Amino acid sequence: MAPVMQSSQPWVEKYRPKQVKDVAHQDEVVRVLTNTLETSNCPHMLFYGPPGTGKTTTALAIAHQLFGPELYKSRVLELNASDDRGINVVRTKIKNFAAVAVGSNRQSGYPCPPFKIIILDEADSMTQDAQNALRRTMETYSKVTRFFFICNYISRIIEPLASRCAKFRFKPLPEEIMGSRILHICKEEGLNLDSEALSTLSSISQGDLRRAITYLQSAARLFGSSISAKELISVSGVIPNEVVQAIFSACRSGNFDLANKEVNNVIAEGYPVSQMLSQLYDILVDADDISDEQKARICKKFAEADKCLVDGADEYLQLLNVASSTMQALSNMPQDMTF
Amino acid sequence: MLWVDKYRPKTLDKVIVHQDVAQNLRKLVSEGDCPHLLFYGPPGSGKKTLIMALLRQIFGPSADKVKVENKIWKVDAGTRTIDVELTTLSSTHHVELNPSDAGFQDRYVVQEIIKEMAKNRPIDTKGKKGFKVLVLNEVDKLSREAQHSLRRTMEKYSASCRLILCSNSSSKVTEAVRSRCLNVRINAPMEEEIVSVLEFIAKKEGLQFPQGFAARIVEKSNRNLRRAVLTFESCRVQQYPFTNNQTVPPMDWEQYVSEIASDIMKEQSPKRLFEVRGKLYELLTNCIPPEIILKRLLFELLKKLDSELKHEVTNWAAHYEHRMRLGQKAIFHLEAFVAKFMSIYKSFLISTFG
Repeated sequence: MAPVMQSSQPWVEKYRPKQVKDVAHQDEVVRVLTNTLETSNCPHMLFYGPPGTGKTTTALAIAHQLFGPELYKSRVLELNASDDRGINVVRTKIKNFAAVAVGSNRQSGYPCPPFKIIILDEADSMTQDAQNALRRTMETYSKVTRFFFICNYISRIIEPLASRCAKFRFKPLPEEIMGSRILHICKEEGLNLDSEALSTLSSISQGDLRRAITYLQSAARLFGSSISAKELISVSGVIPNEVVQAIFSACRSGNFDLANKEVNNVIAEGYPVSQMLSQLYDILVDADDISDEQKARICKKFAEADKCLVDGADEYLQLLNVASSTMQALSNMPQDMTF
Repeated sequence: MLWVDKYRPKTLDKVIVHQDVAQNLRKLVSEGDCPHLLFYGPPGSGKKTLIMALLRQIFGPSADKVKVENKIWKVDAGTRTIDVELTTLSSTHHVELNPSDAGFQDRYVVQEIIKEMAKNRPIDTKGKKGFKVLVLNEVDKLSREAQHSLRRTMEKYSASCRLILCSNSSSKVTEAVRSRCLNVRINAPMEEEIVSVLEFIAKKEGLQFPQGFAARIVEKSNRNLRRAVLTFESCRVQQYPFTNNQTVPPMDWEQYVSEIASDIMKEQSPKRLFEVRGKLYELLTNCIPPEIILKRLLFELLKKLDSELKHEVTNWAAHYEHRMRLGQKAIFHLEAFVAKFMSIYKSFLISTFG
C-alpha cells in the first residue's frame, strides 16, 4: 500500500509546517509561542481567523514541539467537529482527560511542561451548552490542562470562554507570502508554474493557503507538471470572467429575454450559482457608474437569493430572479411591485 | 434495449462529447490511483457515463459485471439500532448507491457502508491491497449532517476507499466536502455535439434522416443528451422513413403544462383556479417533480407576457419555489403561485384596459 499512499497523500498534509517558527505571516502568535517553548508556560489560547491561515497547523506544531512524538499521545487530546462533541463528551471525555495530573519528566530535548493540552478544533460548531459546561472545567483543572480553541468566527464562542483565553487573530495571507510558499511546493514537486498562473492562484484562493495548495494539487493531477492559469481556473470551479460579464451586461441591457437566455446558458454549463453570485457581487461593487442606492437595492436581493440557495431552492429561478431585479434596479424601475 | 443504453460509451476512448474531460480522466488514473472525485453538471450531460467509463478504465472489464442487491443495514445509533433498507449496485470493485433514498437516516448509511468496504479490501494482482470505489449519486440531496460526517470519513478511510460523488449542482455540496475532492464540471453538450451523436446512432442503426431533422430534435431537447436520444427513438417508432415535415413529439407533460398556462391566461377566476388545481394534481400524481412543473409553467408564461410583468412573475416564481422547498406539501405552493399570477395579471388588465 505504501507507494499508493505516498502519491495520494494530500500536499496540504505533506507540507504542513512542523515547527511554530515556520508558520507564515502570523508574527504575534509565533512570538508568544516561541516564548512558551523557552519558559514552558502558556495561557489558554483562542485562535480565530479565516480558513487556511494556519490555525490548526500552529496548534499541532506547538503540541508536537512541547511534547515530542513519544508523549504526544498521552498529553494531547484533539477533538474536531466530526467527532461527537455534545455536552456528554465535555462532561466525560474532556473532564476525565483534564483531571489526570502529570509530572514534568524531561527527556530527549523536548521541554515537556507539566500540563496537558486539549485542542478543540472548529470550536464555533460546539453547542452553547457544551461551551457552558466547559467554563468550570477550564478553571478547575487549569493547573494541569491548557485549552486551545480554534474557530473561524469568534462571535460564536460564548463570552465567558473567550475571556478566559489569550486571543490571537490569524490574518489572511498576502499574495507575496502565499506566492513564496507555492513556489516552494512547486520546486519540491517539480512543477512548472508561470507568473500569470501564480497570481491567478493567489487571487482565486483569496488568502486561503490550504485552498491554493489543494487547487495546485488537483491541477497537477489532471494536467501534469506544467500548469497554466486557465487550467487552474477550471479545477477551482471559479467561473471564467467572460461568463459573469455576459450576465452582467445582459442585466444592463434591460432586455429580459436576453438575460433569461444567459441564465439558461449558465445553468446548462453547470456553473454553481452560489459562486456566480459572489463573482457578480465583486463586479457590482466595483462598478463606478452605478449609484449607491442602486447597489444597495441589488445587494439586498443578492442576500435574499443566497439565503434561498442555502435552503435548497432551485438555482435557475434564483439566478433569474437576481438578474431580473438587478435589471429593474439599473433601469430605476419602481421598487414596489406594480400590481 | 433502449438506444440510450445501447449507445452509451463503455470506455473513455469511445466518448463522443466531453473528449477533453475523458482525456484528463485517463491521465489521472494512469497510475492506477485516483483522488476523490466530484462530478457536477446538469442532467443528461453524461456524468454517469463518464463515471462508469472511468471505473472500467481503472479496473478493466470486471467493473461491468454488476449485481443489484437489496440490503438491510443494521446501524447502531447510540441508544437504539435502526434498520435502513437500501438498494445497491455493486461489482467486485465498486459499490453504487443513492444515499438520499434513506431519507434522514442517510448519514448512518454512508458511514456504515464505507466502514464495511474498508474492512474487506480487495487484493490486486501484485498481492497489494487495493482500494474500492464508492459511487454516491445525488449528493446534493444528502443532508447537511451526512455531508459533515462524510468529511472525516473521507480522510480516515482514504487508503482503502475512493469516493466518486455525482451531483447536479455543486452549490449544495458543502465547501468542506468539495475541497477534499477533485471537482470535475460536466457541462451540457452543445447542440452541434448532440447532432453528431444522433448522426452516429443513425449510422449504426442504418437510418437516414432528412436535412435539418436532427437539428429539430436537438432544439427541443434543451441541451439534454439523454432526452435527445429518447426523442429520436420515439420518432423512429412513430414513423420511418422520416419525412421532412414530421413533427417531433413534445413530452406529454410539457404539453399539459402549456395548456395550464393558456388556461390561466384566458380567465382569472376562482372557478378556473379550481380546474387548474385538478390538472396540477394530475401532474403530481404522475410523478412530475413540483419544481419542474413550476419552472415549466414560468417558462410558458414568460413566452406570453409583456416585459413589464416578467420581472414580477419571475420574482414570485422564485419566492414560491423557495417556500415549496421549505414546506411539505407542494400543491399549496403551486396553487399559490397560480393564484398570485391570476391576481397580478387581472390587475394589470384592469389598469391597462379599464
